[in-house]
Amino acid sequence: MNTINNSRRNFIKSAGALAVGTTLPISLVELAFAESSQNFTFAYISDSHIQHIKDNRFVRNWDRGLIRAVAETNLLVPKPDFVMFGGDLAQLGSKPELDHGAQILSALHGDVHHVMGEHDYYLDLGEYWEKLFGPQYYSFDHKGVHFVVLNSIKTYDDWTFKRWPTAEQRMLEMAGLDNPNGSPFMVGDEQRLWLKNDLDKVSKDTPVVVFSHSPLQKIYKGWNFWTEDAEQVQALLKPFKKVSVIYGHVHQIQYNQIGNISFNSVMATAWPWPYPQSYAQAEQYLPKLTVPMNRADPFFERDATGWQFINMANGNADLNFTLYDNTSRVVRYNQKQKRPEDVVYQNEKARIVPQTHY
Amino acid sequence: MSTYQKTTLALCLAFATAGSALADEFTDADIQRWQQQFMEVASEGRELWTSPKLGTNGVACAQCHPNAANTHPETYPKFQKQLGKVVPLWQMINWCLKNPLEGQPLAADDPKMTALQAYVTYERRGIKLEPGKH
Repeated sequence: MNTINNSRRNFIKSAGALAVGTTLPISLVELAFAESSQNFTFAYISDSHIQHIKDNRFVRNWDRGLIRAVAETNLLVPKPDFVMFGGDLAQLGSKPELDHGAQILSALHGDVHHVMGEHDYYLDLGEYWEKLFGPQYYSFDHKGVHFVVLNSIKTYDDWTFKRWPTAEQRMLEMAGLDNPNGSPFMVGDEQRLWLKNDLDKVSKDTPVVVFSHSPLQKIYKGWNFWTEDAEQVQALLKPFKKVSVIYGHVHQIQYNQIGNISFNSVMATAWPWPYPQSYAQAEQYLPKLTVPMNRADPFFERDATGWQFINMANGNADLNFTLYDNTSRVVRYNQKQKRPEDVVYQNEKARIVPQTHY
Repeated sequence: MSTYQKTTLALCLAFATAGSALADEFTDADIQRWQQQFMEVASEGRELWTSPKLGTNGVACAQCHPNAANTHPETYPKFQKQLGKVVPLWQMINWCLKNPLEGQPLAADDPKMTALQAYVTYERRGIKLEPGKH
């Protein structure tokens, strides 16, 4: 058993024990990393859905989720190399919402990289967001890993440009998760061409991590747990040895392995979503590999929300979920099985009753 | 039995027979009309479910419950451990109106409450009843 595994085990124990108390678990835990200087962590906060009421009033519940994630992320030891924000900072893409969200995020120590969500985009097609956070898609390299950020929540031009009389209505129509007037997400031709050119310059041995808002796999179309051109994006990632896709949008734990690509979702700080299987009328394809998060207890306002830090050991993404009012979870890449697995609950016999969704 | 009693009995039987025959008679058109009545109320419920105006903070039921998922109407009435007693669905809906929506509760027979329940139940159609299930 190496240092990493030992420290992880201790971390899980400590986090479990502390969950009953009110102390922030992270501040008390030191993670010892393997000798390799290439190993590093980054934090991931997503889906805060900052919602403007009017004047200077915002929905308190969603504000609290983001404020807490920021405060806890700042307490991480060792410090993460950077922080990702996974999209849907705002609820209806307005300036007051994006500004208020940016202000809360400004308390974070260190670099923050942003992913575009549909709730940030469909009012002005990302114009104000770009002013605050930069380009809608880009890539960067960090300690031997190539990171790519895509805007995966675009859709058919007809829907975006011709269907709605006002930008406000377009935003509202896309904001309703279960709205039949919505439209499937996609990366689109332009970005896929850019991605191809970007990846052409990268050695096939380099670990690649792709951040998107929507899953770059097809799970349930009705709620846009879906990317229309997922297969085409996956094909561009296929030649690489180690690929991880990390996405937001779904407000729940999901993970999967398709060929060489590991998929992991991240939690929302705002509110949890049901698994598609609990919508009785739905045909859906939740990955068999996924052990669901616990069913949410609405009486604990922050239950089934949270944030995560991600350890890039050996070029694979290991997700450590910090779940408010609930036991933390770790989904780690299993080198032998070549897929992400929950370190506690993966075995059928290890599952617990609240993980049953109906 | 007096003549009066006999007459009354005969009349009652006659009414009973005639009454039940009439009550049993309804047509496809009736069924369609009743179904339509239900669907109108269910779609009013869907409007309310997605409305930012049901509460006071702009939050809609559908934000956390797309297609009314995770509401489990088929399990009510049930022991709601957080309330410490067995409650019908409408009491849980009122809990949501008061808390995440920061709004006012509705009366049990408020047409809006009927509509919300009609919608939630409609989305769960085909699922077997499991009262009390957690």
